[in-house]
Amino acid sequence: MAKRIDTSGLDVFYGDFKAVEDVSLTVEPRSVTAFIGPSGCGKSTLLRTFNRMHEVVPGGRVAGKVLLDDEDLYAEGVDPVAVRRTVGMVFQRPNPFPTMSIYDNVASGLRLNGVKGRTLLDETVEQSLRRANLWEEVKDRLNKAGSGLSGGQQQRLCIARAIAVEPQVLLMDEPCSALDPISTLAIEDLIFELKNRYTIVIVTHNMQQAARVSDRTAFFTIAGAGKPGRLIEIGDTAEMFSRPSERATEDYITGRFG
Amino acid sequence: MATATSTTLAPISDSRKLRNHVATFAMYACFVIAMIPLVWIIWTLVAKGAGLLGDPHWWTNSQRGITSRIQGGGAYHAIIGTLLMALVTALIAVPLGVGTAIYLVEYGRGRIARAVSFMVDVLTGVPSIVAALFIYALWIGTFGLHRVGFAVSLALVLLMIPVIVRSTEEMLRLVPRDLREAAFALGVPRWKTIMSIVLPTAFSGIVTGIMLGLARVMGETAPLLILGPYAKAINTNLFSGNMAALPTMINQDRVEALKPAVDRVWSAALTLILLVMVLSLLGRLVSRLGSVKTSR
Repeated sequence: MAKRIDTSGLDVFYGDFKAVEDVSLTVEPRSVTAFIGPSGCGKSTLLRTFNRMHEVVPGGRVAGKVLLDDEDLYAEGVDPVAVRRTVGMVFQRPNPFPTMSIYDNVASGLRLNGVKGRTLLDETVEQSLRRANLWEEVKDRLNKAGSGLSGGQQQRLCIARAIAVEPQVLLMDEPCSALDPISTLAIEDLIFELKNRYTIVIVTHNMQQAARVSDRTAFFTIAGAGKPGRLIEIGDTAEMFSRPSERATEDYITGRFG
Repeated sequence: MATATSTTLAPISDSRKLRNHVATFAMYACFVIAMIPLVWIIWTLVAKGAGLLGDPHWWTNSQRGITSRIQGGGAYHAIIGTLLMALVTALIAVPLGVGTAIYLVEYGRGRIARAVSFMVDVLTGVPSIVAALFIYALWIGTFGLHRVGFAVSLALVLLMIPVIVRSTEEMLRLVPRDLREAAFALGVPRWKTIMSIVLPTAFSGIVTGIMLGLARVMGETAPLLILGPYAKAINTNLFSGNMAALPTMINQDRVEALKPAVDRVWSAALTLILLVMVLSLLGRLVSRLGSVKTSR
């Protein structure tokens, strides 16, 4: 069920401003790929092109191709809503729906897409919460508000909500940057388990995190303010952190830059 | 060695203390001054108007056959008239107002949205008598219809829409973009995101805005004077005949100098305030039922 992502010559724009330039990379299925780089280098922007969330921002558009197992996400006639059902996303700040209970949050993706069967929903909610390592903590209070959970629990709730619709790919935009170290560890453990089922792309500012959770790492940087972000290199994480092939990567991961 | 001249850990200077006292006093004074008319009005209304409200006839009878020399009578005809006109106004203005706000916040871009927003601003500034005369020209002048309760409601719609648009807009903008994006990322279409995520999250604020609009509309008098002639009898038909409302009932008895009429003026005014208050409380209750879950 996990799919691979290929981009070729991808440019990403906000109106006339080119935010990311000429990215060609491959994200392997059933693995974790980390995007690292200084702030403003376009890694989150690039991530959001993988489920066409980039277009939600007024003026957001792309040029080039993003292939999901050889299907072009930006081909004529492709429904962005259908893309987002296939490619799920977890955001920087935990964002459970405040009007909904824990159960309703996890079931929301299915319900809002028209699934009604009670047993199916029950099963999906339990399975998703188990896969998100949250079931044991919330099984007795499924009808309570999701906002009553701790930050780390809320983020796992959001992951459960994202995987309940059975996506092929899971995008994570700095999922731990608002969490404490213990919650971060719980999410990282979870990412390690989830990669058996999903293709995962994670944007992170934390290089230790990239080194811990990812199989492959892509390093992006930006030449200066107002210039577009570029992919410098992508490779096996172990390789990248021990023997980066580019000087810029080495400077960044050793803390001499950025 | 701390001395009195130490600059790092000096005590609060006398001038700052003085300014603090003056500012504090000024704020309390402003608060008290602002409260004076409010308390005064309520006190006067209760003192002069509460008498008739204790009589069950007030709540169940009309003014039929009551002249300005006769004490008491009922306000039921005016209460029902005010409520009916307000209800119909809300039924028309709420969908239009909330819909416009959704357009402005969720969809509107560029020139059209700016034009709509500007029109709403213009509408906010339209005096109630202008709205009433506009409907008069349309309803009676163009269509050749009679002065009835529904025409009053139409004029009130014009006054209520901008209030609802502006308050709903504020509330929708308070809903974090994160929530919309979370729904989009689940493959939920935009309209469904708005209906199932954005509106429920903003629900309590929207209801509060509607209640404010309703309160404003229920006290409007100009549209009633122009479009809804007063009647002493009960009329529940918005499309035929004269219909009473509390503001016109007040206006009717206001011109009489006799005590029974004056008493009714105060009582009708107090009744109007109570009505608005009860509706606001109901609004609070409704918004609490369907709002954001905060329980643990």
